Amino acid sequence: MPELRLVVCMKVVPKPEEVRVDPMTRRLDRARARAEINPPDMNALEMALTLKETHGGRVSILSMGPPSFEPHLRLGLAMGADHVYLLSDALFGGADTLATTYTLAAGVRKMGGADVILCGEESSDGATGQVPPGLAEWLGLPQITLATQVSLDAAAGTLRGRREILGGHEIVEVSIPAVVSVKAACNEPRFMDYRRKTWAFETGRVTVWDREDLNVDDSRIGVAGSPTIVSGLDEAAVRERKREFLHGTPDEIARALLERLDLNA
Amino acid sequence: MATSVYTVDEERKTVWVYLEQTDGKLEGVAVELLGRARVLADQAGWLLAGLVCGNEVGHLTEQALMHGADEVWLADHPFLADFTVEAYAHVAFSALMQGRPSVFLAGATPNGRDLASRLAVRLRTGLNADCTDLRFDARRGILISEVTGFGGGVLALLEMPRHRPQMATVRSGVFPTEEPDPKRIGRVVKVPVDLPGEAIRTKVIERVRGQRVDLTQVRALVCGGRGMNGDFSSLDHLARLLGGEVGATRPAVDEGFVGRERQVGQTGVVCRPKVAFACGISGAFHFVVGIQNAGAVVAINSDPEAPIFEFSDYCVVGDVSRIVPALIEAIESQREAAHA
Repeated sequence: MPELRLVVCMKVVPKPEEVRVDPMTRRLDRARARAEINPPDMNALEMALTLKETHGGRVSILSMGPPSFEPHLRLGLAMGADHVYLLSDALFGGADTLATTYTLAAGVRKMGGADVILCGEESSDGATGQVPPGLAEWLGLPQITLATQVSLDAAAGTLRGRREILGGHEIVEVSIPAVVSVKAACNEPRFMDYRRKTWAFETGRVTVWDREDLNVDDSRIGVAGSPTIVSGLDEAAVRERKREFLHGTPDEIARALLERLDLNA
Repeated sequence: MATSVYTVDEERKTVWVYLEQTDGKLEGVAVELLGRARVLADQAGWLLAGLVCGNEVGHLTEQALMHGADEVWLADHPFLADFTVEAYAHVAFSALMQGRPSVFLAGATPNGRDLASRLAVRLRTGLNADCTDLRFDARRGILISEVTGFGGGVLALLEMPRHRPQMATVRSGVFPTEEPDPKRIGRVVKVPVDLPGEAIRTKVIERVRGQRVDLTQVRALVCGGRGMNGDFSSLDHLARLLGGEVGATRPAVDEGFVGRERQVGQTGVVCRPKVAFACGISGAFHFVVGIQNAGAVVAINSDPEAPIFEFSDYCVVGDVSRIVPALIEAIESQREAAHA
């Protein structure tokens, strides 16, 4: 069997715990938030690196975003990935999931295809979870979403995975090529290899492709390719709460709560 | 701009709801969506249809009609016994191409999200995920989806003016369950299932379902966060006493303190209990949206500056490990007194 081609889709997002809501304006203050790789994408990378350890092959990172993503993606090289492909073009900006998955699919095709494409289950900023199945649809591939474990039978060309469903889990088997979305926190992403770090940041290969390289249809990318528009922003109609502070000893507080709440089951 | 597979000019002025079923029972979120979609359809005088896929699920059509559907499109076939996204997307796509609804809604369950995501790409249309409200501009026939910005107290209103169907997913618990009307009648449309077996490249090897915890229906919810330092035993006790359930923030779930099915908030469950407790929870907005429909909110946190107090009725600055046991004791002695 030829070399196994593993592709990990990664996104760089603002750290959610550093995005604050301004209590006065109730607006997001993301200016002070530092960027990081979307956490479940790290679990996807770990899963890919584990597959590579067992089966050999190459791990490529695929991302769509501005050039500022590059140093973050190089951390993936330091962890063990072989190559970064960054799809970057001013016209890719403002993409909803339809345009994003179209562009990522074009990137996979330009790379010459893949055997297993792994993505984090969802991004911490968009949180739609739509990219992995959408990408699978553009490429006409089967999928295993919300996977916590996978195992590959390279000879048979099948991938088996355990995925979460309502109230439980199931084990499904798909033929490869296939797309996997990986559950957050399902594994422990390895630390970067400090011996690889210098290589990753100095000579590690990052290929940047724009829309001409990908030969994409301009009407399907970025804002132009996004059916969804933001028609308005509304102040969150957060229900007014009483905000009554209760003071005293724990027993006094407990009694005060009992007077105020209907707790009879 | 590229168009959707069927366009605004080709749409039929109907609202469709995907009626997800598990083992021949409708998911709660499907019934909730029917209730909301009924209101939207009535605003414009449009028809409401439900789409059911499965094997030997014909009995669900009556239930769908009682809960507000005027029509139920039924795809009933042995190939649909197990949910595989390939089979379900194939059948749902052909039904949608035949019915060409203006609006198509689905529950944001694991399988509902998978199905909707693939259909949106296949139909070349947009999909608004995890909407916190759905409104309708009846004059223009435009669905307006409300979503919360991440961590944000700002709501974004999304619409897709030129693509059809207008798709959205909604989590369980966002809309209430409306009472069924057994007198409602309607018609059933059979969807032919012309599924080439080789189109399904997914085999379900094993499926395990445990006890399902449905936090959306509980009357008392006792939530803990990272501030519980991993010990949820007092919260379990309080929840049992109140006939409720334990919930948790995403960080607490990520730490493995409780199971993922108990995660409350934007990426977990949206609940509408009569009372919710937030213990050792700082109050990130993506958690708060999960309890914003609660009747009353009690917050216990040692940090007087914790944002959770902004979103609470009764605020206790103190040590959870002292307050919760005191509350348990007070409830028990009150009940004993009532008994005596």
